[in-house]
Amino acid sequence: MLRIRCIHCGPRDENEFVCGGTSHLTRPPLGASDGEWAEYLFFRDNPKGLHLERWRHAQGCGAWFNLARHTVTHEILAVYPITERPPAIVERTPPSAEGSR
Amino acid sequence: MSAHRLPAPWGTRLDRAARVPFSFDGRDFEGFAGDTLASALLANGVRLTGRSFKYHRPRGVFAAGVEETSTLVDVGEGAYRSPNENAATLELVPGLTASSVNRWPSLRFDFGAINARLAAVLPAGFYYKTFKWPDWHWYEPSIRRMAGLGRVANASDPDRYEEIAVEVDVLVVGAGLAGLCAARAAAEAGARVRVLAAGPQPGGALAYRDPQRARELAASAERAGARIATRTLAFGVYDHGLVCAREKLVEQDGAQRPRLRERLWKIRARAVIAATGAFERPMVFPDNDRPGVMLAGAVEEYARAFGVACGRRVVVAANCDSAYDTARSLREAGMEVVAVVDRRREAERGRDPGPGTRVIAGAGLSAVFGRNGVSGCSVRQDAAPTGRAERLDCDLIASAGGFAPAVHLHSHAGGRLRWLDAEAMFVPDGPAGVVVSVGACAGVFDATAAAEHAELAGRALARGERLPPWPAPGIGRSLAHTALSGARGKQFVDLQNDVDLGDVALAARENYRSVEHLKRYTTTGMGTDQGKTSNVNALVALGEFSGREPAAVGTTTFRPPFVPVTLGTFVGRRTGALYRPLKRLPAEAWHVERGALFEQFGNWWRPAAYPQPGEDLHAAAQREAAAVRRGAGLMDGSPLGKLDVFGPDAAAFLDLMYVGTVSTLKAGQARYGVVLNEHGVVMDDGIVARLADNRFWVNTTSAGVERTAAAFEEWLQCEYPQLRLCITPVTSHYGNVTVAGPRAWAWLASIGFDAALAPKAMRHMTLREATWEGTPLKVMRASFCGELSYEINLPVDRTRALLDRLWARAAEFEAVPYGIEALEILRTEKGYLHVGTDTDGTTLPGDIGMARGVERKAANFVGRRSLLRPAALDPNRFVLVALDSADGRTLLPVGAQIAPEPPPTRTQGHVTSSYFSPTLGRPVALAMLERGGSRVGERIKVHHLGRVIEAVVTRAPFVDPEGRRIDGEE
Ligand SMILES: [Zn+2]
Repeated sequence: MLRIRCIHCGPRDENEFVCGGTSHLTRPPLGASDGEWAEYLFFRDNPKGLHLERWRHAQGCGAWFNLARHTVTHEILAVYPITERPPAIVERTPPSAEGSR
Repeated sequence: MSAHRLPAPWGTRLDRAARVPFSFDGRDFEGFAGDTLASALLANGVRLTGRSFKYHRPRGVFAAGVEETSTLVDVGEGAYRSPNENAATLELVPGLTASSVNRWPSLRFDFGAINARLAAVLPAGFYYKTFKWPDWHWYEPSIRRMAGLGRVANASDPDRYEEIAVEVDVLVVGAGLAGLCAARAAAEAGARVRVLAAGPQPGGALAYRDPQRARELAASAERAGARIATRTLAFGVYDHGLVCAREKLVEQDGAQRPRLRERLWKIRARAVIAATGAFERPMVFPDNDRPGVMLAGAVEEYARAFGVACGRRVVVAANCDSAYDTARSLREAGMEVVAVVDRRREAERGRDPGPGTRVIAGAGLSAVFGRNGVSGCSVRQDAAPTGRAERLDCDLIASAGGFAPAVHLHSHAGGRLRWLDAEAMFVPDGPAGVVVSVGACAGVFDATAAAEHAELAGRALARGERLPPWPAPGIGRSLAHTALSGARGKQFVDLQNDVDLGDVALAARENYRSVEHLKRYTTTGMGTDQGKTSNVNALVALGEFSGREPAAVGTTTFRPPFVPVTLGTFVGRRTGALYRPLKRLPAEAWHVERGALFEQFGNWWRPAAYPQPGEDLHAAAQREAAAVRRGAGLMDGSPLGKLDVFGPDAAAFLDLMYVGTVSTLKAGQARYGVVLNEHGVVMDDGIVARLADNRFWVNTTSAGVERTAAAFEEWLQCEYPQLRLCITPVTSHYGNVTVAGPRAWAWLASIGFDAALAPKAMRHMTLREATWEGTPLKVMRASFCGELSYEINLPVDRTRALLDRLWARAAEFEAVPYGIEALEILRTEKGYLHVGTDTDGTTLPGDIGMARGVERKAANFVGRRSLLRPAALDPNRFVLVALDSADGRTLLPVGAQIAPEPPPTRTQGHVTSSYFSPTLGRPVALAMLERGGSRVGERIKVHHLGRVIEAVVTRAPFVDPEGRRIDGEE
């Protein structure tokens, strides 16, 4: 069970949270092709390494926020507001190519 | 039988003043307080205590701790029966009732022992190879009866379990010498420290070797501030410093039942010190599983801690210097040590055996005599497989094969292991995340070095400083291979799973080279053993047979749990009524007084109907539905999902959430809407009313309010954070009483409802805020039954008052309370769908008659793009239709499939809702049907359990298609 630092409430146990999957996805416009829409709707990377994802403190304050997690070690490199880009330290740590997709 | 009690001071754990009666396999015995079941059985001369898993070979007590796998027992009776308890860790309590497992009809006459005679044809992989043809399922029932160990209770467990979560700076697992030293140092350095002792007292081996020092050490750790928990065994290390442990409470409060039995500890630690000791490695020799063959350290522990001499004449089968300590201890206890048979050459021995000890070096056991007990063994030199063997008379064989550090917690934390060739053991290769090993589990066996390392590590972790250097591990020379070359017979590497050298050799011959594959093919290290005693011997043997060094073979991965943990411990309080607590109506008592039949709907405990004497659910629902159409009825609609959506951008946001347009509503107007997910699938429906320019009253389905509110929040926070509004779930703040029927208004007027709410003053699909006897109301005119209907929302604590007032006047209006069953009948008569009943995870708005709503709306909304996918535009989609049974009498079964041919065939749809209509005097049904919209009038076939029922596709509503009844009586 992970220990996750909620942006409002601080470190809490994982079972207070729900994971909303990959973050920073961009929704294509209404006029997007079927292919583009399917890519957005169904296809996700499955990196071995860094993964940017969004979580909600569902059993707490209710806030959604972003989180950078290493999928092998579960190390959480950063927690940041839902509206922000990942901090620099995360941008510099690319996921390992191995195991992606 | 030659086992017997020793006088004090032997038996440091015993309170000989307290005699404890117990029974085993129906026979009554007596032990002392402080005994385990295993020690008490040994003291009573019970040598045969179990049967092995596969061959049903006789087995006796083998070990003195969690590694005991031969003596598993079922404890307790009836609902309290607990299967496969380890007798070596099971504390004796008065009245304990235990029975051996895996034997039938009795331990001594075991039918399954025939498997031992068949051993030659039951090698590893036997089941996989033999029972494949023609079908495993032919054989499974009888094999399952033969296999398995204890029997579970056939009633739910009446005992209680609970969990507790704590945070510490430094958690020390294990309260032996190293653990206590580490804990004391960490506490002195200012850390919050907890120590977990698996047994009833701290001290580990020190507790029986030097009880005085163990007590002093524990006391000094506690004085420094460390808190010691006993009977608490850490079974797993998880992410981010979480350690889970099981505390046994049964022994603490005697025989009273039911009781709090176990407690799950969830401990979040900044640092974890593993001080879990080491397991003794058994020697491999023929018939090394006979009752009377025991681990040497266990023989010593039974003597020192429990005052039990496990035999009178002992042969020590040795591969390690520790054997000579054991031999000395046993002599002190008055046992005769016949010989120490040392597999190592004399030069490999690290110490002087001491005077009076006969040592046979470079030799091993080539046979064990006796079946249900040991009567002797033969010994010969390894170098002379054909040479003459010497027979030694003995009643006990103490097996001292070396040690295997208990690296489990280190492995759980992802730690790497290092193979020490000279000592034939795996040791941790440095720390593992937050887990630092000290003492024997780190491979450090020297007491002084271990204590010093533990202290330094404890202090460093408390202060967040660098860890001290790891002392040189080891305990002296141990051979990897302990079997004699050319020895014959069953030489077990895993007693519990009956895996012998022959099985490992077979697996190697069949090219199972990975130790993980070996485990699964031969089952070695499975069950409760999990490699504790079997791991090293198995991988050494696999290396031998496949020509590799043990380091190259590697080890299986140790995973939690370290010991079996009963499911009740994980369940804790989350069982029975607390498994998923029901939601209760604010005026539940009122419905109970009316004779309501309650059922669970979603998670709500609601009246299904109000049967009168002689009525069943069906009859009551028919009567109630008819009464609503004729006069009036009231329903407790409090579970209706209610959201308050407030803010300058509330309208814009709801336009995005609903297929329909919300922003064009004027204050006081309401509109039906459907919520989709991003796949375009119908997720919920309900009515949205505008209270003011910036405030909306949003009703969702009763079951869908949590997921709808969660979806709204996610869209708002993650995708539309620029919109200014907030969403407040208010379901539990408001009671809801729905009054419906042609005389609904007359009934409400009779208790003083404001004339502004009359049907003439207030149109269908509008909402008014009003007061009634000082109570603020939100009154919605919306109808799920087709009649004039008022949904009256009011402060939750006023719900009962409104129900009482209405009920006092009910007779005048032929009014009844009606339940969910009647509501389902009424809405099906009107052809109104119920999300989740008539729709499923494939249903798009176009499938339920909302295609025009989608086309009309110019703006974007959630799910819209997905409605343009090729699959969404497929003309063959299933759409909601109404069905009449062709004979006008037969009720169409819900879930029945629609197809021209009987199954198996491709389905064209299925019946989703079906009721007998009291209004029409015939059955009515809804269905999802392929191309349903263009098939009105067509005869179709409905298949149900071999029956074929003809039906006709028709149009809803069945009742009042013109909607004339919506304003009630004139
Ligand atoms: Zn929070």
